[in-house]
Amino acid sequence: MTALPVPVQGSTVAVVPPQGSPGRPVGWWGMLVLIATEAVLFLGLLSSYFFLRAQAREWPLGGIKPPELTRISIFTVVLLASSVPLFWGEHAIARGRMRQLRVALLLSFVLGLAFIVNQGVEYRDLTFGWRDNAYASAFYVITGLHGLHVVVGLLMNLVVQLKAWKNRLSAERHLTVKLFSLYWHFVDVVWIFVFSSLYLSAHLR
Amino acid sequence: MTTIAQPSADAAQPVLPGEVEEAMERRWRDAPGIPGFFASVDHKKIGVRYMVTAFVFFFLAGVQALFLRAQLAQPDAHVVGPQAYNELFTMHGVTMIFLFNTPVLAGFGNYLLPLMLGTRDMAFPRLNAFSYWIFLFSGLFMYSSYLFGSPPDGGWFAYVPLTEKAYSPGLNLDFWALGVAFIGISTTVGAINFIVTAFKMRAPGMTLNRMPMFVWSILAMAFMVIFSVPIVTLASMLLEFDRLFGTKFFLAAAGGSALLYQHLFWFWGHPEVYILFVPATGMISMIIPTFSRRPLAGYVWVATSLVAISFISFGVWVHHMFATGMPALAMSFFSAASLLIAIPSGVQFFAWISTMWHGRVRWTTPMLFALGFLLIFLLGGITGVMVAVLPFDWQVTDSYFIVAHFHYVLNGAVVFPIFGALYYWVPKITGRLLSERLGKWSFWMMFVGFNVTFFPMHVLGLLGMPRRVWTYSAGLGWDGLNLLISIGSGVFALGTLLTVANLVWARRRGAPAGADPWDADSLEWSVSSPPPHWNFTTIPSVAGRHPLWEGAALDEHREALAGEDDAVESMGGAGALTRTTPITGGLDTRPERLLVVPRETYLPFVAALGVAAVFVGMLVDAALVGGVGVLLGAIGIVWWGWRTEEDLV
Amino acid sequence: MNLLDPGGANAARIASVWWIIFGLGAAVYVVVAGFVLVAAFRGRRRRGDTEAVGRDSAFIWIGGVLVPAAILMLVAVVTVSTTRALRQPAKDPLTISVVGKRWWWAVSYPGERITTANEIHVPVGRPLRIELTTSDVIHSFWVPQLSQKVDTIPGQVNHLDMKVTKPGIYRGQCAEYCGLEHARMAFIVVAEDTTTFERWVAREQRPPGGPSAEQEARGQQVLVSSSCAGCHTVRGTPADGTLGPDLSDLGSRRMLGAGTVDNTPDNLRRWITDSQSIKPGNLMPPVPLSRDDADAVVAYLESLK
Ligand code: HEA
Ligand code: HEA
Ligand code: HEC
Ligand code: CUA
Ligand SMILES: [Cu+2]
Repeated sequence: MTALPVPVQGSTVAVVPPQGSPGRPVGWWGMLVLIATEAVLFLGLLSSYFFLRAQAREWPLGGIKPPELTRISIFTVVLLASSVPLFWGEHAIARGRMRQLRVALLLSFVLGLAFIVNQGVEYRDLTFGWRDNAYASAFYVITGLHGLHVVVGLLMNLVVQLKAWKNRLSAERHLTVKLFSLYWHFVDVVWIFVFSSLYLSAHLR
Repeated sequence: MTTIAQPSADAAQPVLPGEVEEAMERRWRDAPGIPGFFASVDHKKIGVRYMVTAFVFFFLAGVQALFLRAQLAQPDAHVVGPQAYNELFTMHGVTMIFLFNTPVLAGFGNYLLPLMLGTRDMAFPRLNAFSYWIFLFSGLFMYSSYLFGSPPDGGWFAYVPLTEKAYSPGLNLDFWALGVAFIGISTTVGAINFIVTAFKMRAPGMTLNRMPMFVWSILAMAFMVIFSVPIVTLASMLLEFDRLFGTKFFLAAAGGSALLYQHLFWFWGHPEVYILFVPATGMISMIIPTFSRRPLAGYVWVATSLVAISFISFGVWVHHMFATGMPALAMSFFSAASLLIAIPSGVQFFAWISTMWHGRVRWTTPMLFALGFLLIFLLGGITGVMVAVLPFDWQVTDSYFIVAHFHYVLNGAVVFPIFGALYYWVPKITGRLLSERLGKWSFWMMFVGFNVTFFPMHVLGLLGMPRRVWTYSAGLGWDGLNLLISIGSGVFALGTLLTVANLVWARRRGAPAGADPWDADSLEWSVSSPPPHWNFTTIPSVAGRHPLWEGAALDEHREALAGEDDAVESMGGAGALTRTTPITGGLDTRPERLLVVPRETYLPFVAALGVAAVFVGMLVDAALVGGVGVLLGAIGIVWWGWRTEEDLV
Repeated sequence: MNLLDPGGANAARIASVWWIIFGLGAAVYVVVAGFVLVAAFRGRRRRGDTEAVGRDSAFIWIGGVLVPAAILMLVAVVTVSTTRALRQPAKDPLTISVVGKRWWWAVSYPGERITTANEIHVPVGRPLRIELTTSDVIHSFWVPQLSQKVDTIPGQVNHLDMKVTKPGIYRGQCAEYCGLEHARMAFIVVAEDTTTFERWVAREQRPPGGPSAEQEARGQQVLVSSSCAGCHTVRGTPADGTLGPDLSDLGSRRMLGAGTVDNTPDNLRRWITDSQSIKPGNLMPPVPLSRDDADAVVAYLESLK
């Protein structure tokens, strides 16, 4: 380390010992704001869904049956469960426990994957296409957009795992883990709303 | 003189005292020539690019407006046909809103925010470059529609079902829908950057209640963007889905709803007009105090008004849909909310008046533009209140009365401040003062031309002339006024050209500006004009709202600082030498961390090209491009994840 | 089309609202702009020190909050009371159904079983209920001198309750951008006293009389046998198309092409042979007719009353 004289006009720079936490990095704040806009996007979509519904005489439109509940409920639990290991993993890496982080990420990945596979199967079994009517369009676009978010999350998970396996993370430097888990929690929380609106509420008269 | 240790983040060679400046220059200067151009992440360069590009679009849209006026100057004229006219007014509106107004303000924000906050760059410099390139490419994208002979022709709000495939089979509306989603990326990314910068990059001591009002306005604007732009992206993408894939969101026959589209559009559309307007008031709140030689009256009031306007702006969108036949009760609510918004505007207005009233006013060109703004905005605001009156709006909606209202606010209350801001801040950017003589000529021509153009439009509206008509029959009482308006628009246009001439002239001949030509109060005037690449050799510590007026050296409060070692160190020259700058606490402004300002990189440019490829492809073959897009996106995510620790601190 | 020269109850009501808000607005403008100018000049003359910030709150409180709030309250009261009045449906109205089409208006009187286009006859003094729908995109029905405007929205029936108080001919025009010829989508409202109106109704209810001259007969022949019949209806003949305006009373209508030109034989002739030169882009294609045929059709159409 080289000491060098630098002109600082005026008086002294007194370096006071650190107090409190160093605060969150800007990347984290950026992700938070990004998530806020994403949340607005979903809010807009779900509001549109209810707007269309409020205008309709029957719902779903065109004799489509309300979506089946049992299986999706199970996979809702699966998706929500995938958030839990991440809390654990984050906690672990903050203490430098790389092994635990790897396990957590893997677990979360498997659960997320199961969810998306189920969504694929569900799409295959649906009796209507997205051109059929406004209900069908809304159903596909909303679940599809959420699915896209899950896929992106899975991809991020893979990258973080790779880094974990290659030991590119440490107790001090693991922003990726934080950002990824923030995002993943968001994707899970959004699902609660999507599920309640598209699946549960469709059974209400 | 103090000796401080250089942060370990960088292993630079020892620097001799006499060569410090040079060493800093080496660390910050972009590579010369073309590579440096495409790779730069310097917020000042990006800011200037934003402004220049936006002004090019302004003149394009202005020329389109002159064509509109040529066509309407006389009844039953045939300067352009109906199709061309519809394309012209659509592209005029789209360009002015999306490609001029929003980006030019982002340009000022980019240039000024770090300087006003006392930091060396934005929070995410590469993202910043990315959002510029996206803006540029989306503009080129929309304008490339002219090459295919199918520019958008659905009006700037592109109501369905007119814009559905059944009634608009060409590519015209695809350019619009994709273009809107495209530029939305730029606006959103920019807003994220502004928010994080304003919260985390303020110089120590610059607590929220000491931020310059312009920063407040940018912050308010950015929050409105975050909460509204996703909705217009949604509207345009659902429209595009309807067009491309045959979904039925907006088709009444299949359970869709045309009104849903209007709700979505205006849920963004109304906040959007304040997104444009609020930063313009921020400029005024900087200019008026400087030229009244005293602090802005009612600082807290004004800041609160900005916040209030932002909130209320989300509760008034239905006033654009009063004639759609909704229940009266619902509409009355939106009518009342629209009236309410006059109060925070009034607060700001009287704060400006009081500032001048109790100050010592200098009638410089920026100040003239500010005064012109006051007189014009007052009228536009009052007509805004008039059209918020439900029954009256039922009469004049979609008539020239509305065209008059929104040009008074958009062209008057936004463009006049922007011109004032040019005269105020361009000396900082170029180091040269603009000519006051030419400036005053420009102002008076614009002011007179403006009123001759847009005032008679109110009367036309009352005489029953609808908007968006490509021609009209003689003998309806509209002929003379239309001619007058067309003449006025020429005068206004010449006035704007005088400012262009002034800018060109001043580049070479203007008197040197010096650091602080106006005796202003905020930090950007504490550094040389143009500022060094690193903005501040020493990050100032701020002890008040008006650091440059409050005399006492900026650095004297340094002792009081408590923070993380390396962050505090980077405030000094060491930071400038190592391309770092402190990140500070959002509330207490305690230096918390280091931000390593990234070096030039092609990445933003390449990423923006990738995005552009996806949008262009959507026009050609949606399925193929979907695949390519997914691939590009995946690469992007992987890259991002891989580099995060290294880059984002 | 001056909306401050009303011929209908709604328009009159709104005109008086205008005068209230115009008065208030003008007063606010003069006072506030006065403050701006005085402040700017006064500040320019000042020498020496500027005044302390403490003085500002009076300006902001009184000028920015209290006075505007009072004015806005007043405006809100005016708004609510007028809105209520304008949305009040009257008893026993005459119902008229108007369908917006690109770029003309189909008009019918369901109770009277009358169909016409681009020209709406109404009795003075009787409450009217206009039912507004569209067969394609959004349009907006607006007669500035008579009443407020209301949009026609797909999948929705909107109502406009109004009353004409002064006899006369009022021009209306589509106010929502609806594509290429939005500018040429006008219509007229003919407001007559009750007896004239009743007479008009009676005449409209009868199918048009057959051709009375040879040329007219030939015109009818051409019309029903050419493509015209696919788009237009003439009651009592095989022509029953609905793509274009009903022509059964064309001879009595004042304008052609949705208010674009006066209904004269010359214009009609031009319209039929090349409507695109009168109203570029309208949805009626040029129909190739020989000179004589065209003359005959014109004669026939002008005879339809
Ligand atoms: C910069 C942009 C901007 C700004 C600032 C405003 C400001 C306002 N606007 Fe405007 N508006 C537009 C841009 C803007 N508008 C555009 C682009 C459209 C049309 C879009 C389209 O259709 O293409 C539009 C259309 C529009 C409509 C819909 C009209 C229609 O289509 O039928 C309405 C209706 O309520 C409205 C209302 C208002 C109000 C109440 C304000 C208020 O914020 C004004 C408040 C300010 C003041 C009142 C002046 C200062 C106050 C005082 C000095 C206090 C004393 C004053 C009083 C007591 C009155 N606007
Ligand atoms: C910031 C916003 C903004 C600005 C600044 C303007 C500026 C102008 N506008 Fe615009 N206008 C809108 C936003 C704006 N407008 C919007 C949103 C619409 C609604 C669109 C819709 O309905 O969808 C609209 C609609 C609109 C209409 C209504 C069209 C219609 O309904 O049929 C008209 C008609 O007169 C008009 C006129 C003008 C004029 C004369 C100017 C003048 O101020 C322009 C001044 C001219 C210049 C600045 C050019 C100067 C250049 C030269 C003289 C040549 C130099 C050449 C080179 C350098 C190459 N505008
Ligand atoms: C493809 C359909 C079509 C055909 C064929 C057609 N018309 Fe039309 N016609 C229209 C439409 C649509 C309009 C309304 C145009 C407008 O005003 O925008 C119209 C308008 C008119 C009008 C003016 C009516 C008014 O009140 O403004 C007349 C008269 C007329 N047509 C006569 C004819 C005659 C005569 C023929 C045959 C020689 C004919 N049309 C063939 C579709 C057609
Ligand atoms: Cu119909 Cu405009
Ligand atoms: Cu609005």
